[in-house]
Amino acid sequence: MSIKGKAYVMGAFEHPTRDAPDKTTAQLHAECAKGALEDAGLSFADVDAYFCAGDAPGFGGLSMIDYMGLRNVRHMDSTETGGSSYLVHVGHAAQAIAAGKCQVALITLAGRPRNGGNRPGASLRPGGGGSGLSDGPPEAGFEHIYGGSTHNTYGMAAMRHMHEFGTTSEQLAWIKVAASHHAQWNDHAYLKDVVTVEDVVNSRMISDPLHLLDCCVVTDGGGAVIVTSPEVARGLDRPRVRLLGAGEAPKGVLGGDIDLTYSGAVWSGPRAFDEAGVTPADIKYASIYDSFTITVLMQLEDLGFCRKGEGGKFVADGNLISGIGKLPFNTDGGGLCNNHPTNRGGMTKIIEAVRQLRGEAHPKVQVPNCDLAVAHGTGGSLGIRHGAATLILEREA
Amino acid sequence: MSDVMSRPIPAPAVTLESKPFWDAAAQGRFLVKRCTACSKAHWYPRTICPFCASDATVWEESAGEGEVYTFSIMRRSPTGPYAIGYVTLDEGPRMLTNFVDVEPEALRIGLRVKVRFQPTEGDGPPAPVFAPIAEQ
Ligand SMILES: [Zn+2]
Repeated sequence: MSIKGKAYVMGAFEHPTRDAPDKTTAQLHAECAKGALEDAGLSFADVDAYFCAGDAPGFGGLSMIDYMGLRNVRHMDSTETGGSSYLVHVGHAAQAIAAGKCQVALITLAGRPRNGGNRPGASLRPGGGGSGLSDGPPEAGFEHIYGGSTHNTYGMAAMRHMHEFGTTSEQLAWIKVAASHHAQWNDHAYLKDVVTVEDVVNSRMISDPLHLLDCCVVTDGGGAVIVTSPEVARGLDRPRVRLLGAGEAPKGVLGGDIDLTYSGAVWSGPRAFDEAGVTPADIKYASIYDSFTITVLMQLEDLGFCRKGEGGKFVADGNLISGIGKLPFNTDGGGLCNNHPTNRGGMTKIIEAVRQLRGEAHPKVQVPNCDLAVAHGTGGSLGIRHGAATLILEREA
Repeated sequence: MSDVMSRPIPAPAVTLESKPFWDAAAQGRFLVKRCTACSKAHWYPRTICPFCASDATVWEESAGEGEVYTFSIMRRSPTGPYAIGYVTLDEGPRMLTNFVDVEPEALRIGLRVKVRFQPTEGDGPPAPVFAPIAEQ
């Protein structure tokens, strides 16, 4: 597939300011976005892809997406190549449009080097403005001061889920129990001991309602994957794992409309499943991001493996244990027991799905005839803002 | 007022857009931003409305009352347990905050709370935190 003729530049706006002592960099991004959309005759609601470089305030593209109130984004890219980033972005946007991933891509640049704001290539930390003012992430002053961590912001999501749906600590514990059943067979697992529901709920409280054993491990390490064209794949002597579908979505605090009972998987999941032409019922193995037990439970609901609010019942009684339950998950032991390298669990989710599809998982946890798998991740915080991503992978016969 | 579940709060990063909020906070006043085009209040405060993209947003003084939407109590920290959570303001938006002056066992979803301003470290402006409204 070529991008030739597949994409058009339909809106453009150069901000009239040359010296902006009275505006934040985030505000300039939003004003540029507004200007370009008005030029095109489009609105913020039409935008389904957002691109910015590494100098934009905040956390990848997530802070600016949330700041501008973009609610329909299904494709994100924060490729950083300095001043050429925006040309790269146009090329990447055309690829995404040609692939049917999006229709309206917004690409923004803004900065305030005359006023001490963020400079391209400079430190990404909040830059000092005039008179001691920050020009960093717009949410920082209202969020970073309250002692938020992964533990307590995911704890907030768990607390609300329990309140709305009656989910219990015992049900969450089953997720750790299943992971530990898998990790016992993994020589490399950081935690190899099988644990019980009682072990989990009796471990010390870290941040209500999450106990020590509701949390993933902290490990050094890493991983890598290689993605090739079909032509290259056919020339290689390895089982072929084909990508059938991919979906992505940001979720933020939505101007104060935040609802902690669901994650971005409610959007990324259907996009990936629809593209693949399969349903959750077809899935033989699931790699599900497991920074905490609650992460798994909410994502399983949001991906459609069970109804919203019924995740507690779904994960109980070993339903996620390979060979016992209906949905074998994280058969390497996951982030909860095996590995969560440099606090980023997405890579290992892809890797174990590939092992399962190749038939190369440990024999004790290998899913028989595993020909279809999902790998799903939540990056950032379930309780504040995050990026969700779903892959549907198939073993090519 | 007590030290129950209190923690030192670092000075907030004040931006040009948020400065009116923090200036008011220094006077003990709690402001929210409302859009005059779609009439919705939002949080955190922005120049351009995150709901309708209008730049017709205005500051509005608020009583700073609402109810606990959710919370989590960090059990171990150098300064003792503390609660982070969201409060649903009576104006509508949910905002991140710390809940203070409340025993851990007494904190619950739905509890009515009201803003108070806590001094921050250094010479930063005071930060909004929320404590239970005394029940009569
Ligand atoms: Zn509005």
